[in-house]
Amino acid sequence: MSSGLYNTHKIEFDTTLDLTRLKPYGDTMNDGKVQLSFTLPVKDDERGVEAARQIAKKMGLDEPNVTYHAALDKEFTFYVVYGSCVHTVNYEDIHVITVESEVMSMEETNDYIREHIGRKVVMVGASTGTDAHTVGIDAIMNRKGFAGHYGVERYEMVEAYNLGSQVTNEDFIKKAVEVHADALLVSQTVTQKDIHIQNLTNLIELLEAEGLRDKFVVVCGGPRITHELAKELGFDAGFGAGTYGDDVASFVVTEMVKRGMK
Amino acid sequence: MESKLGLNFDLVNEARTSAAHVAADVQRFIDVHTTVTVERTVCRLLGIDGVNDMDVPMPNVVVDRMMEDALLPQGAAWLIGTLILETGLDPQGVAEAIDRGEIDLTKLPAHDEAEIRKALQPHIDAAMARINKNVAKRNEYLGRFGDKQGPYLYIIVATGNIYEDIIQAKAGAKQGADIIAVIRTTGQSLLDYVPYGATTEGFGGTYATQENFRLMRAALDEVGEEQHRYIRLCNYCSGLCMPEIAAMGALERLDVMLNDALYGILFRDINMQRTIVDQYFSRIINGYAGVIINTGEDNYLTTDDAITSAHTVLASQFLNEAFAKCAGMREEQMGLGHAFEMDPAVENTFLYELAQAQMAREIFPKAPLKYMPPTKYMTGNIFRGHIQDALFNMVTILTNQKLHLLGMMTEAIHTPFMSDRALSIENAQYIFRTMKDLGSELTFREGGVIRSRANEVLTKATELLKEIETLGLFTTLERGIFADVKRPKDGGKGLAGVVLKDEHYFNPFIEVMKGKVANE
Repeated sequence: MSSGLYNTHKIEFDTTLDLTRLKPYGDTMNDGKVQLSFTLPVKDDERGVEAARQIAKKMGLDEPNVTYHAALDKEFTFYVVYGSCVHTVNYEDIHVITVESEVMSMEETNDYIREHIGRKVVMVGASTGTDAHTVGIDAIMNRKGFAGHYGVERYEMVEAYNLGSQVTNEDFIKKAVEVHADALLVSQTVTQKDIHIQNLTNLIELLEAEGLRDKFVVVCGGPRITHELAKELGFDAGFGAGTYGDDVASFVVTEMVKRGMK
Repeated sequence: MESKLGLNFDLVNEARTSAAHVAADVQRFIDVHTTVTVERTVCRLLGIDGVNDMDVPMPNVVVDRMMEDALLPQGAAWLIGTLILETGLDPQGVAEAIDRGEIDLTKLPAHDEAEIRKALQPHIDAAMARINKNVAKRNEYLGRFGDKQGPYLYIIVATGNIYEDIIQAKAGAKQGADIIAVIRTTGQSLLDYVPYGATTEGFGGTYATQENFRLMRAALDEVGEEQHRYIRLCNYCSGLCMPEIAAMGALERLDVMLNDALYGILFRDINMQRTIVDQYFSRIINGYAGVIINTGEDNYLTTDDAITSAHTVLASQFLNEAFAKCAGMREEQMGLGHAFEMDPAVENTFLYELAQAQMAREIFPKAPLKYMPPTKYMTGNIFRGHIQDALFNMVTILTNQKLHLLGMMTEAIHTPFMSDRALSIENAQYIFRTMKDLGSELTFREGGVIRSRANEVLTKATELLKEIETLGLFTTLERGIFADVKRPKDGGKGLAGVVLKDEHYFNPFIEVMKGKVANE
C-alpha cells in the first residue's frame, strides 16, 4: 500500500455532520474520501500517473493518490485513484420525484383490485424497439418474478400479456387495444447512444396521435430509467434497478383508481 | 475417463438415442425444404456479392426475383447455372443482369442437369479453394504458434463501430484473450439480408458484414503475429441469415460461430420451420470450414430458473449434438452451451454449478464446451460481481470447460470498458494459474450433494427427451418446455421464406461440404 491510505497527520477538518454541506465518508466524518478508476489513452509511465492525478484534481479530489496503474495496451493505461472530494451538496435542499404509491404484496393488490376495480386488470408488457433483452420485462411479468418478488402473471386479478422482445411500438399499441389493456409496461435495457429515449418518446407520440394516451396507465422500466426521466418523457411512472413486479402492480392499480378507470 | 459423478451411462445412452430420434424426425422435414437465405448462400458461394443502386445485397436481388417468379423450389444453383449457359456471363454478371431487368426468368429454356453442373463447376471450385486456403492458413498459424492448452479466454467487443471494435479487440488480445467475439447490433438477427461493407453505426453491437469480418480478421492476425498466438474470431450465425453468415465466416476465416436455431426460435421469435432448415446448411458450412459452433441453451436460464430447469439445458445439449451430427459435424467442433446462472442467495448453488459443469464435461467428452458467466444475478454491485465471476472461473478450471466467456463485473451496467476486460482476464488467469491441477486432485463423495445433483439432472433430462421424442420438436417448442417460452409452429418471423424443393433442386455445396473438413 502506498502512503496516503495510512494517514497519520492530524485531521484538519470539522468532523461534525452538517447536512447542508454533505460530503463522501471514508472512515471519518467529512473526510470526503472517494475511490475511482479510469483509463487514459497514454502509455504507462510517470507522466501518465501525473496525468491521472491531475484529472482527479480537476474532478475536485484533494490529495489524489494513484494507488495502482497498469498498461492495458501500448497506449492505454488503467488507474485506481483515491482522493478527498472538496465539493459538498446541500442535502436539505434535495427533493426527488419518486413513485409515491405504497407498495402492496400480491395478495393485497389482488384484494385492492377486487374492492376498487371489481374486474381483472389487463397489463401488456414488452421490450420494445430493437431491444432484444427480455430480462427486465420477464422479471416484472413472468410468474416466477425475480428475487422472490412474483411477476404480475401470477396475480389472480391481473390478466398479463408479455409480448417479449423487439416489439415495435405500433404492434405494441395494436395488441394493447385488441386486449383492452389498462396498463402498458415497457422495458428498455439497451441504452447505447440514448436509443431508449427515442424509442420511449416515439411510443408516447404514437399514443397521443391516436388519442389513446389517456386510456392507459403507461409505465417504463430498465436499469437506466428513473421516475423523473419517465415523467419527463410523458410516462406515468418509471422503475429503475431494484424494482419488481409488486412495485409496478401497486402503482398501476392505485393510478387506475386515482384516475377513475374502471 | 472415470466418472467423478458416478453418472449412469445407461441413462446417457437413452437420452442420446431419444435426441437422435427427434433430430431424425426433423431432418425428414429439412431434407425436402429450402429457404430464401439458403439460396442466397448458394449465390454468395458462387461469387455473387455487393449491393445494387438501392443498397439491396445482390444475393437478395436474385432470390427475391426467384420468389416473385415462383422459381425458388428449383434452387439458386439451377437458376445461376442455367443463366451462365444462356448468357455466357459469370454469376456476378448474371445477378447484375437480373437486377437491370434484362432477363425474363419465367422464359428460360430447360438445360440438362449435367450441363448446368458443368457450367457451375469453376465457380464452385473457386469458393472451395478460397475456403480451403483459409483453413490451411489457420492450421499453419496453429502449427507455428501452437494452440492454447486449457480454457480459451473469450471476450466480446460491442462498440457499434468496427474500427473502435478493432482497438478494443487488439487490446483484449494483448491482455490474454484467445477468442474475440464481435457482438452484433441489436436487431440484426431479424434482418432477412446481410448488410454490406464496413459499418460504424450499431446499437449494443456492430453489424456482421463480410467486410467487417475481413477487417477484424486482419487486425487479429496482426496481433497474433506479434504475440505468437493464434487469436480466434467469433461472430453470430443465428437469426434469419444463418447459412449466409456461416458462408461469410468460411470466406473470411472466422473460427467460432454461434449457431443455434432453438435460440433463434425462443429468444428472437424466428419461425421454427424456417430456422431449422437454415441451421442445417449453416452447420454443414461451419463444419467444413473447421469452425467451432456455439449453441445457446445457456440462455434458457436467463428466463427460466437455473436450479429447477437445469435439465432442460442438458436436454437441449443432447438435441444440439444430434442436429450437429445430422449435419455431419464432428464432436470436436460442438461448443455446446451452458452457464453459471444460479441465485447466489441460495445455499450450495456453487456445488450445483460444479455438478452441472462436470456432468456436461463427462457426457460430451470431446466437445469444446462453451461456458457462460453469470448475468442474471449481476446487480450493478461490481465488487460482488467480480467475486461471482471468480467462482465461475473456478468451475471452469475444476471441470475443464473449453470456451470460457469471461464475466464482466460491469455486466448489467454497460458494454464493457477496456479496463473491465483487463480486470476480468486478470481474474481468470489468476484462478486458472493457481488452481490449474485442482480438478484432478478432487473426487466427489458418493451419495454427496454433487453426485446426487448431477444424477438427478441427468434423470430428468432423459425423461424430458423421451417426452420430446413422443411430442416431436415443434410441439415441444409450442408448449414452452424450453426457457418457459412458447412459440407457435406457424408463428414468428421468416416463414414466408420457406418452400418445398422440386425435383430439379440441387445444392452443390451441401454435396461437397457435408461431413468433411477442408484439407482433410
